[in-house]
Amino acid sequence: MFKNITRRASKFAAIAAAGLLAMNVQAAEPIRIGSFLAVTGPASFLGDPELKTLEMYVEKINEEGGVLGRQLELIHYDDAGNASKARNFASRLIRSDRVDIIVGGSTTGATMAAAPMVEQAGVPFISLAGAVVITDPVKKWVFKTPQTDRMAAERVLTDMKERGLTKVGLISGTGGFGSSGREQTLAAASAMGGIEIVADETYGGSDTDMTAQLTNIRGTDGVQTILNFGFGQGPAIVTRNYAQLGIELPFYQSHGVASDGFLELAGSSADGLRLPASPLLVPESLPADDPQKPVVEAYKTEYEARWDSKVSTFGAYAYDGLMLAVEAIEKAGSTDKAAVRDALESIQGHVGVTGTFNMSPEDHNGLEAESFRILEVQDGSWKLIN
Amino acid sequence: MFSEFLQYLFTGITIGATYALIALGFTLIYNASHVINFAQGEFLMIGGMATVSLTAMGVPMLLAIVLAVVLAGVLGVALQRLAIAPAKNADVVTLIIITIGASIFIRGLAQLVWGKEYHVMPNFSSDEPIQIFGAVLNSQSLWVLGVGAVLVAVLVYFFTRTLTGKAILATSMNKDAARLVGIRTQVVLMLAFMVSALLGSVAGIVVAPITFTSYDIGIILGLKGFVAAAIGGLGSGMGAVVGGLALGVVEAMAAGYLSSDYKDAVAFSMILVVLFFMPRGLFGAKVVERV
Repeated sequence: MFKNITRRASKFAAIAAAGLLAMNVQAAEPIRIGSFLAVTGPASFLGDPELKTLEMYVEKINEEGGVLGRQLELIHYDDAGNASKARNFASRLIRSDRVDIIVGGSTTGATMAAAPMVEQAGVPFISLAGAVVITDPVKKWVFKTPQTDRMAAERVLTDMKERGLTKVGLISGTGGFGSSGREQTLAAASAMGGIEIVADETYGGSDTDMTAQLTNIRGTDGVQTILNFGFGQGPAIVTRNYAQLGIELPFYQSHGVASDGFLELAGSSADGLRLPASPLLVPESLPADDPQKPVVEAYKTEYEARWDSKVSTFGAYAYDGLMLAVEAIEKAGSTDKAAVRDALESIQGHVGVTGTFNMSPEDHNGLEAESFRILEVQDGSWKLIN
Repeated sequence: MFSEFLQYLFTGITIGATYALIALGFTLIYNASHVINFAQGEFLMIGGMATVSLTAMGVPMLLAIVLAVVLAGVLGVALQRLAIAPAKNADVVTLIIITIGASIFIRGLAQLVWGKEYHVMPNFSSDEPIQIFGAVLNSQSLWVLGVGAVLVAVLVYFFTRTLTGKAILATSMNKDAARLVGIRTQVVLMLAFMVSALLGSVAGIVVAPITFTSYDIGIILGLKGFVAAAIGGLGSGMGAVVGGLALGVVEAMAAGYLSSDYKDAVAFSMILVVLFFMPRGLFGAKVVERV
């Protein structure tokens, strides 16, 4: 009898406690994080790992108690890499979902389409797309996590100069990535000085043979090294043609092909080439005192354990975007949009997977060219050079 | 200087041979039905992708190639039975539009089954390129040229010496008359689609080690193949081969001596120039329309 009463009493207590808890959760509105990503469509190799990253870390942060004692709520749409869809979704996130911050925009096109709406509404926006135009000139509310192609070009040219290579043959794809990379390489070379682009060739995105262009570059007077700025399967074909032609000059690729898929396509012909890349490709070869090492290793392990697929550089952009957003909200102590924006702009020394972010009113990217690591392909795998 | 020229020539001939094989597939179906089969590029893709995925599953290379070719052949028949045949009274333009629809469908299916990544196929023989007068030739290029030559010879024989081949030609010239002399035109059409699919898939397999392969490789290669067929004169087997080789060599020379930016522009202006002076292409039949 007595036992029964205690049992009942404890049951009541449990129900009451649960009720109280529920009221507490209701009282603290979740922090809304909006996102539009190219989860399907031609740019899905960007959007897919980005969404997976956002989902798993929002989950993880919530399990650990949320931010400012409030849970995070991820509201995401699939823009399929389409700029006009991105614009519509950005508007929906701002107007009807009333999000506190946006982390998204897999492609430069989607980001630039959404940027005017974000600027007008005054919502902090962290983009995950590459091109330099997103943060140069600086837009008040727009930030981004990936390095720009300008930094990749600078990083490669610096490495060439260090090796005493000053006459560069450039070959680039005619797609958006390649042509922007070409312009930035030409600009970076003339800004740096002491290095010269002596040949400038291009190839189409669906070309199946680049031996003609490479033969031309090889025949150029004084050329000491060759750089390929491109994306997709094109650079892999260039790499193979390079090996077939037996060109002995040191060969560089851009960060556009910094993935294991590229190594698979290019095979043994990739041996010896160098490229700028995220440390995510070589977590185990980072020195123990590298501040990024624990962050990179943790992200790689957690992602691969959760999704059973290889981690990608692009997912890391989303990781950095989310973590920057969280730090900014914590620093601001609220989700007041202007306060969060100011906090975001003043973030210093934030160690992410892509690099160490030092934001400022003049720099909404916060990364240095040095955040790219120079890797070399040796025996079919990546090797950290510096 | 000479070695550069030779290098451009080798590059051009290799790409050109690929275009020629695709153009032959266009020619075959055009001959049988006056339909330009825009799903031709997809046969190419099926050949390459099926071979790659079968070898990845552990099937020996040679068997994988045979199975891939058979798969493409079945697909060719299915395309004719399920998409073209039901619309038999439709005019040619409608049929062409149906093939475009079919190609989008096949591509979508391939994307679902095989994913969107590019895949590698190993060279048939050695990976070592061959050196000739300072220029290099990929050993796979010889395979492309050799297989292409054999296929052309077989096709010529098929159309000029066999009853079935002649039946296809007869059907293309006058469907009603062919039926009157006892040719089962529906079967002939099915046959044309099958042979064309076989041809396309073989082309897709021999070029895959050079170009890589993916679900969308058929779009641009198919288009270039069509350009080659049009330059050569639609319906002419010889024209398809010459058109393909000419297109490839012009592209490579333009990339080498002019500028790689204008490579495609030069190739596509070629079709304008040729068709302007020879509206039926280089080897097109001199057909007079009776009014």
